[in-house]
Amino acid sequence: MADAFSLPKRPSLAVRVFGPFLLLRESWVGMIGLSLVLFWVLVALFAPVLAPFPPNAPLMALQVPGADYPTAPSTLIDGVPAAEICAAIPGNAAQVDCGTFWLGTDLVGRDVLSRIIFGAQQVLIYAPLATFLAYLVGIPMGLWAGYSRGMADAVFSFISNVILSFPVLVLYVLILVTLPRSAAIIVAAVVFAAAPGIFRIVRGLAMDLRAREYVAAAETRGEPLWYILFMEILPNARGPLIVDAMLRLGYVIITIGTLAFIGLGMPPPDPDWGRMIAEGRTTINFMPHMALFPCLAISSLVLGFNLLADGLREVSLRD
Amino acid sequence: MLVLVARRFGSMILVMLVVSMLTFLALEADPGNVATKVLGPYSTEQQRDIWMERNGYNDPLPERYLRWLGNFLQGDFGESTRFRTDVADVLWPRLGNTAILAVATMALVIPLSLVLGVLAGMREGSATDRTISVVSIFTTSIPEIASAPILTFIFVFLLGILPGTSSFQDGFSITQLILPTLVLVLYDFGYVTRMTRASMAEVMTTNYIRTATLKGLPYRRIIVKHALRNALIAPFTVVMLQINWLLSGVIVVELFFAYKGFGALLLEAALNQDIYVIEACAMIAVFVAVGTQALSDIGYTVLNPRIRFN
Repeated sequence: MADAFSLPKRPSLAVRVFGPFLLLRESWVGMIGLSLVLFWVLVALFAPVLAPFPPNAPLMALQVPGADYPTAPSTLIDGVPAAEICAAIPGNAAQVDCGTFWLGTDLVGRDVLSRIIFGAQQVLIYAPLATFLAYLVGIPMGLWAGYSRGMADAVFSFISNVILSFPVLVLYVLILVTLPRSAAIIVAAVVFAAAPGIFRIVRGLAMDLRAREYVAAAETRGEPLWYILFMEILPNARGPLIVDAMLRLGYVIITIGTLAFIGLGMPPPDPDWGRMIAEGRTTINFMPHMALFPCLAISSLVLGFNLLADGLREVSLRD
Repeated sequence: MLVLVARRFGSMILVMLVVSMLTFLALEADPGNVATKVLGPYSTEQQRDIWMERNGYNDPLPERYLRWLGNFLQGDFGESTRFRTDVADVLWPRLGNTAILAVATMALVIPLSLVLGVLAGMREGSATDRTISVVSIFTTSIPEIASAPILTFIFVFLLGILPGTSSFQDGFSITQLILPTLVLVLYDFGYVTRMTRASMAEVMTTNYIRTATLKGLPYRRIIVKHALRNALIAPFTVVMLQINWLLSGVIVVELFFAYKGFGALLLEAALNQDIYVIEACAMIAVFVAVGTQALSDIGYTVLNPRIRFN
């Protein structure tokens, strides 16, 4: 008889979190976005295998896309025969033919393709890390403010209003001028600038959800505050938050790239798409490939996340 | 109405005060640091002490802040170490140049995105709607740092029909304005379009539109007379808030095209530790952002009678 009263089995945590991604195959826009993102994730993961040259090695300056390296084995580069330099490239067995600069080289002679491939690693480590930390700060504050209202809400809301009243890039310039520049500071600055936006969204969702029956039930059971916030409200707000996270990730990628472009980014020499664009800017009138290919790289990755967000929104509206 | 305006401006002043304190604290909390930046890293300890004494930097922090704020409100921003002149002399012309860029951008973004947004929202889910949505996602995915080189590549390198820099060296020229404006428009119009589309789509599902349709009114009349008036309230706010984003975009675009504007000034000051220019630029940027926010709130109330009396 007990069977008649048994509830349908609760789907596992994995299904609840990744469910929207499974539905994604119904949206072709979302699938294109997912493929773009996966493409860059794979590129970043297999960067050491995929990159034809070491990313920071000065090989031959100002080579157009498709140029062979070297043009002749006896060519002298800085007084050293090219063949010897070829042999010195890690993983390069062939003595004479050491490859092609598929996307050309930059002013210093570094291979653009290899730098884009290794640049993907940098982007896909720091941008998700910064976004994740921003959510880690924004979610508890937003849940607390939206659920309990009162003083906490007033204080947090005012702080986030002040931070959001800065035009973003002005805020970054102010922070990065005052503090020493390092990867950790840049990540912290992104968290500082992005968390108030997340706070606002989460607060709005929590204010909407606090009047639901399951929250009232948990209150009646005498559940502690953290349980109501993280076990009752947060899981029910996950749909819009996942979509927002994808959009925000795209935006953080733009931000980190832009900071590097204006000269406030990660310290050199490791490849960074934004700085590659800045370096290629000077030669854009006669050798546009140096700036152009990193532009395509960053745009395609951001496009991937934006299409993914659109696809997820589309499938989440369906049910 | 008057109460709302007063409240809105009151909170605006409060935010500006807090921002001014933060800016001051970030840049001037340590007087020795200010002296080093103004006199340069090779100044002697003694020189710095004399400078600090003469300029009142030995006074307590609150006193210095109040004096700074007082001067600031009177338009005295101090002296630029980079340009060797009053900050105001550099700032205002630069701000004027940026205003030209902003007006040109808005003059294109507003009509373009409103028309596209309304067309997309009129028939939600139609082929037009999907196309416009995907195109606007596509253009907002290309950051300014990427669209500027790409457009330069097309119009300067391939076609050779536009100049690649916009420094206005021989006076104002409209051809030099095209590329920077285009970059900003390309990045900004997608967002406004999507917001307009959402607003229009929502209006199209309301009862009064259904009534108008069932009355047998011509489609054109329903859209123009009934839908647009309500659908365009939300985009008004979005357009105003876009100015905040524009101030960020302007920094990249001005740097890329060597445009002598406000964003380039802020960046140049930041990279050269010219703190009085940084302060003035930051305060003005926040003032413009907060001011437009307040105006958009007030405008929204004026436009939307439903929320006017609560």
